[in-house]
Amino acid sequence: MAKADAQAGRSSDRQRLISGENVRRILQTQGILIAFILFLVAFSLSSDRFASFDNVSTVFRQVSIIGTIALGVTIVVIGGNLDLSVGSLLSFTTVLVVDLHDKIGPTGAILVMFAAALAVGAVNGLLVGFARLNSLIVTLGMLSAIQGVTLIYTGGQNVDIVDQEGTWFTFFGRDFLLGIAVPTWIFLVLAVALHIVLTRTTFGRRVFAVGGNPTASAFSGVRRARVVFSTYLISAAATGCAALILGSRVMGSQNNVGQGYELLVLAGVILGGTSLLGGSGSIPKTVIGVLILGFIQNGLLLMGYPYYAQWLVTWVVIILAVWLDVASKRGRLFTTTS
Amino acid sequence: MTSSTLHTSLRRVMIVPPIWLILIACVVFFSFAADNFLALNNFTNILIQTSTIGLIALGMTVVMINGNIDLSVGAVVALAASLSVGMQDQLGILPAVAVGLGSGMALGFLNGVIVWKTGVDAFIVTLGAMIGVRGLVFLYTQEQSFFSMNFAYADFGMSSMAGVPTLAIVFLVFTAIMHWLMTSTSHGRNAYAVGGNREAAQNAGIRVGWHMVANFVLVGFFAALAGITLSTQMGASTPNLGINYELWTITAVVLGGTKLAGGSGSILGTLGGVLTIGVLRNGMNLMQVPAFYVLVVMGVILIAVLFVDQRVSRREAEELKL
Repeated sequence: MAKADAQAGRSSDRQRLISGENVRRILQTQGILIAFILFLVAFSLSSDRFASFDNVSTVFRQVSIIGTIALGVTIVVIGGNLDLSVGSLLSFTTVLVVDLHDKIGPTGAILVMFAAALAVGAVNGLLVGFARLNSLIVTLGMLSAIQGVTLIYTGGQNVDIVDQEGTWFTFFGRDFLLGIAVPTWIFLVLAVALHIVLTRTTFGRRVFAVGGNPTASAFSGVRRARVVFSTYLISAAATGCAALILGSRVMGSQNNVGQGYELLVLAGVILGGTSLLGGSGSIPKTVIGVLILGFIQNGLLLMGYPYYAQWLVTWVVIILAVWLDVASKRGRLFTTTS
Repeated sequence: MTSSTLHTSLRRVMIVPPIWLILIACVVFFSFAADNFLALNNFTNILIQTSTIGLIALGMTVVMINGNIDLSVGAVVALAASLSVGMQDQLGILPAVAVGLGSGMALGFLNGVIVWKTGVDAFIVTLGAMIGVRGLVFLYTQEQSFFSMNFAYADFGMSSMAGVPTLAIVFLVFTAIMHWLMTSTSHGRNAYAVGGNREAAQNAGIRVGWHMVANFVLVGFFAALAGITLSTQMGASTPNLGINYELWTITAVVLGGTKLAGGSGSILGTLGGVLTIGVLRNGMNLMQVPAFYVLVVMGVILIAVLFVDQRVSRREAEELKL
């Protein structure tokens, strides 16, 4: 009896699948994906090199650093907070791993670097999670403080790995596995892992709960402070992975290499459709958002425009993407504000 | 009765933004710790150094009291500086400066109208503009730095009136004007109303949309003015001018007690925030502490101020409940 009911339910679901309501919902929720596909088709038609395997894998490599950071930031944002400290943290961790490479060897350098990143994430997490301070200001303060610490550490100098041939540290930034660049692997593997964490674990559900409705989640026994703390650890660890790619690719580092990344990363997250209010968003969306940024850059360069043309296009695309999202939820294009 | 009078008088005292206490503490500390700190021309130095971020912060305060934010100010600094230096050969100095100021106001208008009409959060709209306007700067300058061929331009940056540097006077005069605007005009009152409760403000008959646009034009104007005064100091402009200025400005404004959520804040507080950063920078510089440490100290102070502020407002909220 119950089985028959369930089956009936399923078949009526199937009927509803092609109704107008559903088409609208798909357009609303997957708008950015559809726009992305249209955009790829348009670029492929305008340049025959664009759709080649080489070019696509180049774009993936290029976005891997911003993308890897954006994965962690996405989780922080879904939890209802911001993380502006990632740019400075990228500078710090890259400098650290490169500088320590020659002093204590690659393995030690990587371990210390991740420990430092997690420590920074823990400070963010303590202040935003447990002390309940505003995340924008806390991470803005951390942005400044970490930038200072990086400069103090380096004494204002840039750092280099002296022996660039005799080390396996080149693996993370320069090598290929099965024809695909290692940075791309790191980006995609981390994306899959974090997607599973967000969608298939209790922790993931709690992140959405805490970001979507803190009060309700508190009454349901979710400890907001712990969840928020963990999101910052994840964000810091992801930034550490990005530093691994960057340090290994360049085999050196400027002490302000991550400057401005915090807002670019956020642009990718927003473009994907993760709401800054928290409680909604996803890892695949961010991957698409970051890829859109990458393909805009790549496509415009292939079409012969100067590199700053991408910034103008990004401006328009970000606002249009979020506007369409907001407008479809509102049910009308413009606000009724007088 | 008595307790409520006590409470009001406490409120009076609290009207002096708490950042001024930190500022005074910093001044006292550096007076003892750094030899040349307590000299008149050092203070005018501090005023010049802080005038750039200070001018932007005046506009940012109003926008943030509205509950909005403007991340595009750093890019506007570069655009206005590039236009006013780059166009003065063809147009002459004053028209070129006018073009620079106009560009900032036009972009502010654009930001404001987009925020108003689309309902997209100001953070996102101006984050987009931050990236895009930098593109406009590179498009216009073709990645070149410009130098002012007319020495009158750079002379203005170095000039002083009655012993006080002109740029410091510009900053202080605009601070006074903005303080007046926020405390004594209906526009100022409306700014708090809109930030406190946008819907209620609209129901009370405030034209919220135009009000917000006006404030975005203001912050655009001040960012452009800051870019122009900065370029007069160097007699030049570079396309990378103003990078990260949005973050410094927000830091100064928040230090001054303006809430991100909107509805509260003051120009006097912002002045305190701007001066605190300036005094810290200058004092540590005089003590020959490397500039790097200032970044750490500022980050720590920002978080500490936030921490104290939260404790105070929580206690106030509990008192209200009683």
